[in-house]
Amino acid sequence: MATQIDKQLGDNIFLTTLDAAASWGRANSLWPMPFATACCGIELMSTAASKHDLSRFGSEVMRFSPRQCDLMIVAGRVVMKMLPVLQRIWLQMPEPKWCISMGACACTGGVFDTYAVVQGIDRFMPVDVYVPGCPPRPEQLIRSIIDLQEKIQSGGTVNAREFKLRILPEGPARFDEDELIRIRERNGFKLEDQKYDPVH
Amino acid sequence: MANETTDTTPIGIDPVKTRLGEMLPDINLEWSEFRNQTRVIFPASDLINCLNAFKNVGFDQLTDLTAVDLLEYGNANDRFEVVYCLLNVDSGLRLIAKTYLNEPDLTIPSATSVWFGADWPEREVYDMYGIIFAGHPNFKRLLLPEDFQSFPLRKDYPVKGRGERHNFPVITRAES
Repeated sequence: MATQIDKQLGDNIFLTTLDAAASWGRANSLWPMPFATACCGIELMSTAASKHDLSRFGSEVMRFSPRQCDLMIVAGRVVMKMLPVLQRIWLQMPEPKWCISMGACACTGGVFDTYAVVQGIDRFMPVDVYVPGCPPRPEQLIRSIIDLQEKIQSGGTVNAREFKLRILPEGPARFDEDELIRIRERNGFKLEDQKYDPVH
Repeated sequence: MANETTDTTPIGIDPVKTRLGEMLPDINLEWSEFRNQTRVIFPASDLINCLNAFKNVGFDQLTDLTAVDLLEYGNANDRFEVVYCLLNVDSGLRLIAKTYLNEPDLTIPSATSVWFGADWPEREVYDMYGIIFAGHPNFKRLLLPEDFQSFPLRKDYPVKGRGERHNFPVITRAES
């Protein structure tokens, strides 16, 4: 049935769904918002430069205003002083929007397991694609853009219904068990000392 | 001219020592030397007089102002050591001036009245160690958020922090 129609229509008319068409358009024109804080920002710049050209994949311009972007690339470590700024810029981006967490520091905190560096932005923000590396090569970042394009293409909707389904935070718990145990042990508090006594 | 020195600027550290002995007669300065670096320890109670004397004897540039926490050092008598690294720009002579502080009295006068360049280093020392500099023109934290409660570079503060880095609201995808 569909093939007979296709043969009669020729090559100029495509049959598709609105979701697929909108997703195709959005996937192939992802304009990044470069949230570059550190060394991964340099790799982001080199990915956008002429040798590994990011605009081949649709990221034609890097708009520095979040109102005009649909992809936020968090490149570099995020300190606790910067995190509210990051969240505010994420909230200022209009729908549909996606987030790439580039580099080890944005994914998990990287080598900086200190009092000031947030151990992964996915604890506080929704992330779509993670790119490991310190810093990731431009080819890896381009691969992550292609992965994101496939993700948008396969699951995208025209009126952004798929985002409303993600109601739970996707990163590690805010104070996960390991973090609490590490903090307590470092402060000299041993868990064996506390005994849970339900009676008294 | 860069090579000329005025008559009142001594060259070499020994004239400096005698000169300072004359300028500060009733202050006990302990001189020591380690690997060609001359150090002087002066009491914190008379800080501005000592720093002015150092400046008048020729050390007109404050290169660095930092602090050391000697809590786990072993054979230290005091807890905090505030270090002033001084430089005589004309002759190239350097001096490390140190003073010691103990808890609970961690307030010393600010060196901004002597050298303007002590402004940010003193804010950083307050930020990291909690040493209060009285008389500072803009005394607040330099690097950490304003409402941060602890002083991280003290030896009794863990590297990973006490949970401040994860005390932020979580944004899910559905609500953003």
